[in-house]
Amino acid sequence: MNLLLSALLILFGGSLIALSVRSSTLATRVGILSVLVAAPMAGYVALKVLLSGQPLSFSAPWAVPGGEFSLLLDPLAAFFVLPISILSLFCALYAGPYMAHAGQSRSLAPHWFYFNIMVTAMLLVVIAANALLFLAAWEIMTISSFFLVAWDHHREDVRKAAWLYLFAAHLGMMLLLLMFLLAGSYCDGFNFNNFGPLAQLPIGSASLIYLLALFGFGVKAGLFPVHIWLPDAHPAAPSHVSALMSGVLIKTGIYGILRILSLLPPAPAWWGWLMALLGAGGALYGISLAAQQRDIKRCLAYSTVENIGIMLLGLGFGMVAAAHGHPKIALLAFAGGLLHIWNHALFKGVMFLGAGALVHATGTRDMNRMGGLLRRMPLVGLLWIGGSLAISALPPLNGLISEWLIYLSLAQAGTALDGFAALVPLLLFGLLGMVGALALVTFSRLIGICLLGEPRDPAAANPHKVAPAMLVSMGSLLAGCLMIGIFPQGTLRLTSTALSQVARLPVGAELGRAVTPLGLGALLLMAVLIILGGLFAWLRLFRLQTQTSTWGCGYPMPTARMAYTGESYAEFVSHHLMPKIMRPKVSGGKVSGFFPISSKLAQSSTDLVLMRFLQPLFVALADRCQRLRWLQQGQLPVYLVYIFVASAVLMVWSLWAGGHGGK
Amino acid sequence: MIIRLILHLALLLLFAPMLNGIIIKTKALFGGRIGAPLLQSYYDLARLWRKGFVFSRTTTWVFLAGPVVGLTVPLLASLLIPFGALPAPISFEGDLILFVYLFALSRFFTVASALDTGSSFEGMGAAREVTFSCLAEPTLLFVLLVLARLSDGLSLDTLLGSHLLTAWHSDAGASLGLILVCLFLVLLVENSRIPFDDPNTHLELTMIHEVMVLDHSGPALGMILYGAALKMMVMGALLVRLAFPWQTGWWLSDALMFLAGLAGLAVLIGVVESIMARLRLPRVPQVLVGTMLLSIFALVLVLR
Repeated sequence: MNLLLSALLILFGGSLIALSVRSSTLATRVGILSVLVAAPMAGYVALKVLLSGQPLSFSAPWAVPGGEFSLLLDPLAAFFVLPISILSLFCALYAGPYMAHAGQSRSLAPHWFYFNIMVTAMLLVVIAANALLFLAAWEIMTISSFFLVAWDHHREDVRKAAWLYLFAAHLGMMLLLLMFLLAGSYCDGFNFNNFGPLAQLPIGSASLIYLLALFGFGVKAGLFPVHIWLPDAHPAAPSHVSALMSGVLIKTGIYGILRILSLLPPAPAWWGWLMALLGAGGALYGISLAAQQRDIKRCLAYSTVENIGIMLLGLGFGMVAAAHGHPKIALLAFAGGLLHIWNHALFKGVMFLGAGALVHATGTRDMNRMGGLLRRMPLVGLLWIGGSLAISALPPLNGLISEWLIYLSLAQAGTALDGFAALVPLLLFGLLGMVGALALVTFSRLIGICLLGEPRDPAAANPHKVAPAMLVSMGSLLAGCLMIGIFPQGTLRLTSTALSQVARLPVGAELGRAVTPLGLGALLLMAVLIILGGLFAWLRLFRLQTQTSTWGCGYPMPTARMAYTGESYAEFVSHHLMPKIMRPKVSGGKVSGFFPISSKLAQSSTDLVLMRFLQPLFVALADRCQRLRWLQQGQLPVYLVYIFVASAVLMVWSLWAGGHGGK
Repeated sequence: MIIRLILHLALLLLFAPMLNGIIIKTKALFGGRIGAPLLQSYYDLARLWRKGFVFSRTTTWVFLAGPVVGLTVPLLASLLIPFGALPAPISFEGDLILFVYLFALSRFFTVASALDTGSSFEGMGAAREVTFSCLAEPTLLFVLLVLARLSDGLSLDTLLGSHLLTAWHSDAGASLGLILVCLFLVLLVENSRIPFDDPNTHLELTMIHEVMVLDHSGPALGMILYGAALKMMVMGALLVRLAFPWQTGWWLSDALMFLAGLAGLAVLIGVVESIMARLRLPRVPQVLVGTMLLSIFALVLVLR
């Protein structure tokens, strides 16, 4: 535990030093160095706890009523500390050269201050064992990530996105405050180990706490109907911040849900169904919108909504299976959901860092202005294609392993249950298949339009160079993806202590045995690919090779403007598979008469939930609140009267409550 | 084990191109012609193998990854599936998901290698291919789930075990009939046959699969054609086992029966191609949605 505490202190100290120095380069060095030292320490401690299953704890007094500086690193917390430390390490390494250009015109000191504070706060959130400490860390995490999202605050869209994030995060925070107050009212103290009485709660109050936790934490996690801040905030933030937020910060929401579930009585089936169905809906919704975005980072942000949906589907279905008394199926589903958390941290890291490299090199986030980048940036392109394979759950990489476990649990439930009870898991199985096929559309489009073909813009034809440290970060994360893909049984053994804590079931060796053939299959696939590819390369040495232009149907002057764009690639999917309401809005493009004048056509895809439901709701609320304007007279005496009345009411209330002897 | 593996691969590698020959012969007979010899596909492959390469200046290594992955995937997928009564050489719980995702891998690289040329024709084909698979893939999963519900395991080998014969005679017969239809339609769409796609069309605008490989030439094109033939045989094996679940117990007669079943399937495809026209493109997703609903209906029937 001392090692972890010193890691926290190093991170915190690094952030203060980074803030106090004047030069950007020095701040960058301090920031990177402190993460580089602290992250491996935290990761090492987490690894030890995961392997041994022995929790570590620490406690110190804290001068806040009800608060105590108590920390607990049990397997569940360690399960989250490990990806946080790995991803923050590589993001910091990547950020050095990535931010260097911005550092020439403004000081990077605040950036590194907030970056290190955010990493500290994330670690503190998952190891806090006191509700007040947890909420404080949670709030620091929100605020610091808000400032990181708003880094390019001279742009209006960035300010709007950051504002939306802050607003949504605090609505979630309100639910969490309520939840912890409610939970604390049943117990005597705010330490998590005082929360024992929660496990004996009647189902009604427990369900209320669960719902508050699900939606309060869900806002941060990107749970489907409350994910609205995510598609705007991720593109606005610098890429390594998006990677860290999408990879691990939003997972602290899932951590919160799991932590609260571990304190509540065993979950009834409907809790699980709610989570699983919201997850499945979010997966389908997220990937459908991801397939239509032209901003590459927005596309990745929607894919985050999809992946969070898959995790919640796994975890929720695990709860259902456990409630129905099928421990084997529950373990498969929980293992799939948990492993997907790690997998997503790795491959979404690769994808966001790669997107950052492309944005850095071309100066645009619009995929229609890219193209032909694989020829010009071969290594970034290769790593990005690797990440796309992993995120589309294709063999031999890691995405398939976690999705396979969830598929298997759904199919086993479908064959084990009787009659129509089996229909829902079976339909979810097919739905997950459709999500997988749509992910293939999304990511084949992403790499096909950005990396392949001809450059559609001069900026894409002459991209800037990418620094080696950025490549190393991406490469290391992708290597992790490959390792989980070919050695899944080892990864599952590593997660088994956390898994048994979440599932409240003993974990045997049969899970590892179940996934072993997948790893062997991945190895076999790679071997055959290498042999055939080698044979092919060898054949090329002996054959005549001619270079010519792409077949253009006989047209002699093809230009890059004629090439397929992101919109044209997605048009077939959006017009034939999706409901009208989810299609992108098209404006302009009307052509009439025999000699039409030139016209413009624009397409934009907006978030359905935000634009159709939440925005009108909040606008209506604001209108109602306008009617209370007469309370605000703008005169000092009136406000003094308000204060007097409020104090008097409070005094009377406290006297009345004291007279009744209540608390 | 090793002998079984060799037999499996030998059957696949030797007989896969024959299916296309049978389809072409059937279509020729329907058209009143003699048609190309049965072995024409083999001659084509041999001719392509001897040729040189023509590359577009735009392309990268992804362009060549398409054919390589397209050949690798059906080879590996064939090991998971029983050929008639000959059991699958590799089988484990849940391999049906790997089977589906292996084909997704080959689709990813086929599409990527098409987009690598930068031609909008190939982009068109790629967009169509991935869209259709969004409907075909869940259908295939539902079909496999119906089979899983009737057996007691989740590996393709148990799904297509000998219990199918009794299942056909039981209440589940209706479901099996429905999924046979679904599987046939999935086979047609996945292998780009009429009425979903016309392998012999001559206009780039109307093509799906053919347009994606327009720029491939020589041995690369040969690999693609061979990979497509293997894919048809692997998916056909699923259908043939479902339709003819008998077994004799002797490997040679089992193998012959399997090949006869495949030949019958090829004739059936040839007949469909001769008597039907291609569907209009917007109709294709509608037919596929219908197929998916049919497979869900089969699932509901089997749960009853």
